[in-house]
Amino acid sequence: MIETDQLTRCYGNLTAVDALSIRVEPGQVLGLLGPNGAGKSTAMRMIAGFLIPTSGTARVCGYDVAREPLKAKRALGYLPEGAPSYGEMTVREFLQFIIRMRGLKADAAYRRFDEVVHQLQLEEVLGLSIDILSKGLRRRVGLAQAILHDPPVLMLDEPTDGLDPNQKHAVRQLIDTMARERTILISTHLLEEVHALCNRVVIIARGKLLADATPAELERRSRYHGAVSFSAPGSGMSQEMLGRLPQVASIEVDPLDGRITVFPRAGERILEPVETLLREQGLEVSEIQLERGRLDEVFRQITTHDSDRAEPAKVSA
Amino acid sequence: MSPVSAVMRRELRSYFVTPVAYVFLVIFLVLAGLLTFYAGDFYEREQADLQPFFVMHPWLYLILVPAITMRMWAEETRGGTLELLLTLPLTLWQAMLGKFLAAWLFIGLALLLTFPIWITVNYLGAPDNGVIAAGYVGSWLMAGTFISIGACLSALTRSQVVAFILTALVCVLLILVGEPQVLDFFRGTLPRKLIHAMSHLSMLQHFEAIARGVLDLRDLLYFLISTIGWLIAGVLLLDLKRTR
Repeated sequence: MIETDQLTRCYGNLTAVDALSIRVEPGQVLGLLGPNGAGKSTAMRMIAGFLIPTSGTARVCGYDVAREPLKAKRALGYLPEGAPSYGEMTVREFLQFIIRMRGLKADAAYRRFDEVVHQLQLEEVLGLSIDILSKGLRRRVGLAQAILHDPPVLMLDEPTDGLDPNQKHAVRQLIDTMARERTILISTHLLEEVHALCNRVVIIARGKLLADATPAELERRSRYHGAVSFSAPGSGMSQEMLGRLPQVASIEVDPLDGRITVFPRAGERILEPVETLLREQGLEVSEIQLERGRLDEVFRQITTHDSDRAEPAKVSA
Repeated sequence: MSPVSAVMRRELRSYFVTPVAYVFLVIFLVLAGLLTFYAGDFYEREQADLQPFFVMHPWLYLILVPAITMRMWAEETRGGTLELLLTLPLTLWQAMLGKFLAAWLFIGLALLLTFPIWITVNYLGAPDNGVIAAGYVGSWLMAGTFISIGACLSALTRSQVVAFILTALVCVLLILVGEPQVLDFFRGTLPRKLIHAMSHLSMLQHFEAIARGVLDLRDLLYFLISTIGWLIAGVLLLDLKRTR
């Protein structure tokens, strides 16, 4: 379990993390989301015991990070931002160093070492020095380091940054299999990752907590939630007819590919009436999609001020 | 295995993986030999002892110890590995001690490798080997003080060059502060007690007796206490970094 209570951190006049209180339970995979410089890494550094908070407390598995730092650190597996490691060491040496630092018992450690190396597909690079590895491999070495002691709490700062799609998939599967009994906190700015991994999302900007919800709840806040979109050439006439449907609030056409999005009035379901209308008009529609809502739009909405919020890129029909 | 020895082993290994260790050893041994035989008038003195060898050690350490200690914390800060190290279950003290011991053992190895000089002096005459042993112990203790200064100042900066220069500067001050020329310079302006204190602060004053083979408890305590003092300062500096 991870708990923070009014966690605050100032750098001079800048408040990087502002009275952040979150609580992550076992079984939860919490995605910490926010624009660059929102305070994600600073918050994680305080929870990991690297930075000392200006005020407030953080607890890992019930151990106060300031009062019982060693117990808290033993319970925690942490991947710092950028996955730092000692470049002059080989992957094997580095992982053995971590085993020694964590005081793992020899036979259990070797079994665990093999397991982790297999999970992260590091077999072939064990003898290479970390300096010459690609960014993706270094990230995987950093992940291996974080999970070697099989910690009850995992905190990963941008775990899939720099990985190719296949590696991302593998790492997400790994996190997924670990998620069941563990408490996992990951930071990311990839919204697809939230869908793939997290069952809870916390959005912060300028150090403040702005939203705490499940991904589905966030999607429901999107104006795209419940909207219907389709592509159909020569649908000029039917756009007008669609606009007259009582359930429809507005219609937008993507200026680039001509895709039409129909927005419902609050609480209305419009997939069926839209489909019916299109059929009646005899329009060829190759595919039609009911939108769940767009996280990127909700993210923008939440993290930008009203004054500097970007205008939607769609043109009203 | 304890975190201290894990850190120590990692540090020692990093010396030998990079050329740092070998370059250091070669320069140390060559300089130790040259200075002893040429600058120290080893033959001309016609005395079977290693005093000319030991009196050169402060000056050798002045250049070579900062080269060993400059990367100690500066590199960890720059490379981001400090965050990794300090989020592993160990205290700042254990980390500092591990790094200090690695450098200290390494200097110990360099000292051991000067054994040909000891063989030479035993071949040429009949020196008092007790005095020589005392000289080695004293020199190693002094090296510890130099290392602790370097360890502390390396924690101050993320630049290895700055760490090197600061360490060399502080060390040269501590070597020279008790020299008559320096004390004379200040004698007019500073109170007598301060002058007296300055002369006792000097590394050279404390080491000269040891180089002659006199192991005075006060001299040993001087090196021991200043080593511990600088290590404490280093740990406090590291801790301060976490709050800033």
